[in-house]
Amino acid sequence: MMSVRYLPLWITAALLCLLFGIGGWQFDGFASLAVVSNLFSDNAFLLIVALGMTLVIISGGIDLSVGAVIALSGVAASLLISQYQWHPLLAFALILPVAALFGALMGVLIHVYKLQPFIVTLAGMFLARGLATTLSEESVAINHSFYDAIAEFGFALPGGGWVGASTMIFIVLLLLVIVLMHYSRFGTYVYALGGNSQSAELMGVPVARTTIAIYVLSSVLAALAGIVFTFYTFSGYALAGVGMELDAIAAVVIGGTLLTGGSGFVIGTVLGVLLMGVIQTYIIFDGSLSSWWTKIVIGLLLFGFIVLQKLLSRRTALTTAARSTAHG
Amino acid sequence: MKQTQSCADSLQQARLARYSPGSIKASARYLWPLAALMLLLAVNLLLDASFFQLSFQDGRLYGSLIDILNRSAPVALLAIGMSLVIATGGIDLSVGAVMAIAGAVCANLLLQTELPLALVIAAGLATGIAAGLINGTLVSYLKIQPIVATLLLMVAGRGVAQLINQGQIVTFLRPDFAWLGTGSWLGLPLPIWLVIGMFALSQLLLRRTALGLFIEAVGCNATASRYLGVNDKAIKLFVYAFAGFCAALAGMISAADIQGSDANNAGLWLELDAILAVVIGGAVLSGGRFSLLLSVIGVLIIQSLSTTIIVSGVPAKFNLLIKALVVLLVLLLQSDKFRRQLSSWLPKLRKWRKGDKA
Repeated sequence: MMSVRYLPLWITAALLCLLFGIGGWQFDGFASLAVVSNLFSDNAFLLIVALGMTLVIISGGIDLSVGAVIALSGVAASLLISQYQWHPLLAFALILPVAALFGALMGVLIHVYKLQPFIVTLAGMFLARGLATTLSEESVAINHSFYDAIAEFGFALPGGGWVGASTMIFIVLLLLVIVLMHYSRFGTYVYALGGNSQSAELMGVPVARTTIAIYVLSSVLAALAGIVFTFYTFSGYALAGVGMELDAIAAVVIGGTLLTGGSGFVIGTVLGVLLMGVIQTYIIFDGSLSSWWTKIVIGLLLFGFIVLQKLLSRRTALTTAARSTAHG
Repeated sequence: MKQTQSCADSLQQARLARYSPGSIKASARYLWPLAALMLLLAVNLLLDASFFQLSFQDGRLYGSLIDILNRSAPVALLAIGMSLVIATGGIDLSVGAVMAIAGAVCANLLLQTELPLALVIAAGLATGIAAGLINGTLVSYLKIQPIVATLLLMVAGRGVAQLINQGQIVTFLRPDFAWLGTGSWLGLPLPIWLVIGMFALSQLLLRRTALGLFIEAVGCNATASRYLGVNDKAIKLFVYAFAGFCAALAGMISAADIQGSDANNAGLWLELDAILAVVIGGAVLSGGRFSLLLSVIGVLIIQSLSTTIIVSGVPAKFNLLIKALVVLLVLLLQSDKFRRQLSSWLPKLRKWRKGDKA
């Protein structure tokens, strides 16, 4: 059974290695540490958002607001730093609790008022994007010594690779989320909730607290991703991160997490983002393929993984049915 | 839970859903969205005295009301299709991308071939139906969750549209096709007529035959309705194909409107507006009932809201924020728990005010 559970994970990893191998064989400089480290630093914000999305999806929910939260936290950070001369750390200290509050609000609407996550987070997306455009319609540049220091912070790898602050933040968050999801009671609650929320409640899972915490975590991670995005662009823009929620959801699915909830691994999502990143890098290296192929290939990949999940879950269901004679 | 319900329950539920949904009476179901729309229009009248004025020029009516109707045409078409999909308990995220694909197909046919207009339109509609059949097959025969199944086409569809357009914005000069988006007939812009026609046809098809009831039965309980002899898979396939058809029509209107096909922006995020309109119209995403009229009213509410914001002189950047707050309020009002809380607060408030006076 364990091997079936891990199969989507192995397939994603194998595809990742395969594509990377093909790229390395075809193009000079593809299979280098520089490309690998760029993969992480260019996608750091998406990786961070996708961590939160994994949590939400394992719990059986969905969060469409993350792309807008990225924009909101970016705009808020750049305004506080550039216009109000706040120290960046102070600005972050204000933004993260506000994001937590935003997530908590969505969690309350979902749990207490029994509204569907899809529609609540859709409204959340409009709200966050609306707040961001209200704060500033134009892109706000950030000029601060702290940001210069962040940009220079890091260490070089042999072969032109560079591990920057964004990558480090991501790795720390990744470890935290892995511990949270796979080695803590909270993680068990999240899986139980995604498996069957009624059974979870009967088993004594604190459903209200867990649901709200899940959306708080997702919003906080999205806000962190927005901050990391400002490290990348040195600016905040209300239209940043449009459609990023879809990229995150796609990465989670490609990473082998069931969209019905209850099953999946955090590391799978990381592999999913990296696979999407390698596809993009390949298309850039190739030069003759147009960028729209990225979308089509990701769509086909998604399709493949969903069909695979269907086949696997049907097989699991059949084995379970064959084993248990008590329940028909 | 669903499987344990008996067949009779399901039929009863479908009847209830149609004739007296939940605890609200059928008339109340129409009352709230209509009241919201009237309120918005009244606010518009207060802000701008000439709001209801219509003028007749060059054989066409002009005025703010006509403008609202005309602008809401594409989303109204999407919402008609989306209502049926949501009634079966599904959702279709791909309609915006399907709009782009249909627009791209028509634009390229117009540019590169001498095909007669009717064939071009037929090709566009066929594209939409094909896209809908893909969605429907994934949902009903492969049993993929609707949100995921249609996410595929939402992501890949825009890529396909760009592929058809070779990454360019394809423009064409064909007055006969442009007429679909900019023309007028009997004094009204053509998009409005298309919505009216589509609405009337669907209403006839769904409510004069048993199809509408079947759709609602599948949304209430697909397993139970299968035991009753409803082919739930075919019904699901039909609603997605229907939504694809509506999306293609909307895509052609917006392509005709700008006389070109922009694969990146045609119909972008309109699927969200359509879902929102259906929800504002009182449908629940878990399915089981639909009202095309309420969905169209939902669209008009969204469109009037943005017109109100413009008319009131509030800067356009507040548009999204106000929309979000209104949506949240409408969602809360639909929640049973919130209504109960509200009705338990109101007497307390009254008591408190009376106590204050005494």
